[in-house]
Amino acid sequence: MDKVMRLASENGLVIFSKSSCCLCYTVNILFSELGVSPYVHELDQDPEGKDIEKALIKMGCSAPVPAVFIGGKLVGSTNEVMSLHLSGNLMPLLKPYYSFN
Amino acid sequence: MTWISMLIKFCSATEMNSSSALFVTPNSMLYEPVQQTAIWGDFSVNGFLNPPSPFILEVDGKLSNQSEDSSHGMGGILDGYNQDDSKQGEKVSRRLAQNREAARKSRIRKKAYVQQLENSKIRLLQLEQELERAKQQGQFMGGGIEVSHLGYSRNRKPGIEAFEVDHGHWVEEQNRQTTELRNALKSHSGEIELRILVDSCMSHYFNLFHMKATAAKADAFYIMSGMWKSQAERFFLWIGGFRPSELLKILIPRLETLTEQQQVEAGNLKQSCHQAEDALSQGMEKLQQILASTISAGELGEGNYLPQMGAAMEKLEALVRVLNQADHLRQETLQQLARILTTRQAARALLALGEYFERLRALSSLWCSNTNESA
Repeated sequence: MDKVMRLASENGLVIFSKSSCCLCYTVNILFSELGVSPYVHELDQDPEGKDIEKALIKMGCSAPVPAVFIGGKLVGSTNEVMSLHLSGNLMPLLKPYYSFN
Repeated sequence: MTWISMLIKFCSATEMNSSSALFVTPNSMLYEPVQQTAIWGDFSVNGFLNPPSPFILEVDGKLSNQSEDSSHGMGGILDGYNQDDSKQGEKVSRRLAQNREAARKSRIRKKAYVQQLENSKIRLLQLEQELERAKQQGQFMGGGIEVSHLGYSRNRKPGIEAFEVDHGHWVEEQNRQTTELRNALKSHSGEIELRILVDSCMSHYFNLFHMKATAAKADAFYIMSGMWKSQAERFFLWIGGFRPSELLKILIPRLETLTEQQQVEAGNLKQSCHQAEDALSQGMEKLQQILASTISAGELGEGNYLPQMGAAMEKLEALVRVLNQADHLRQETLQQLARILTTRQAARALLALGEYFERLRALSSLWCSNTNESA
């Protein structure tokens, strides 16, 4: 979907989320713990939210939210992020996006 | 004329078929002939009658109408007697009425008694089942029978009973595998045999997560509270199971001869596991916050809270997702640990883990028997 790809390529790190979703919150917390600040797009505050959800599922995301994009590419939902992190492969992906405080 | 002579006249006057019987007791009540007699508690199967004293004759439903008729018939017969006997006739009618009343009350009492027996039978069966269940769990959890378990069983959702039985088998199998690992390591088994044991051990844990996922759909609260676990295990509960970082804390120091590479990787695994666990804990807290504010929305004290219930039920759907995520974290942690280690090291780690859980269950069992004794 155009909007999804546009948002993903415009921002290095994107999380498609819903404000009431606790797993979206979990991924958000993990990213801030790792020192990065992703762009969070809340689908429940977007009039096209439903369409975006459908598009994300179509793209192969295991759950519509949270949907994580790194460097314009779909990484996946909570499961995929966790697996990557425990196998030590998440940090290298996030390196270009570290915010230096 | 005495009532006995009346009786004799009556016997000869009325037709009595072979199955009817007429009884007389010392307290001078006149009984009607009956086709079927049923004195509850006193009849044996082949119909022999053992009259107790005092003696109450039960007349069955159909016959009670007939008895009404026959009393009129009786009255008719009695009409044939002289004036002297009309008073006697009244007495007899009265006595017949009393008898009918007594028989009716007797029937009611019998019905109530039988109903009570039926209820007791059902209750007994229920108790037997609960006891059997508790015994099984006591076995699988090392002998402790928890009263709280029996209490919960009344509110069980479908699918949870099956889960508990399956979990009992799962524990048995885990104990068996732990023993196998112990023996294999003691007898210095080869790489291939150890590899097979390690793989089946890992699959066994993954099976549990799969079982829990199914059960969580049936009753997320049940899985969340670790109700199927022994008390000591439940003391360490984190989102429906063991804490993955805790697992690493216990196992990694016990691993002998880790190469430098392995030490670095183990350290990284510890850290990333901790971070993921932390994030998920906060996600869980967020869910609690959301649920709390949903439940307490509107005026607390108003007395009508149906809308809040509907909204809260929706929010609870997220609980299953969180539970699954926690189990996913446990699975990933185990997998990554096995990946870092050699086969022999993995076998030792799994043996240590298996015995750790065994010890927790043993502690729970000891605790239970201690509690029971002091009670």
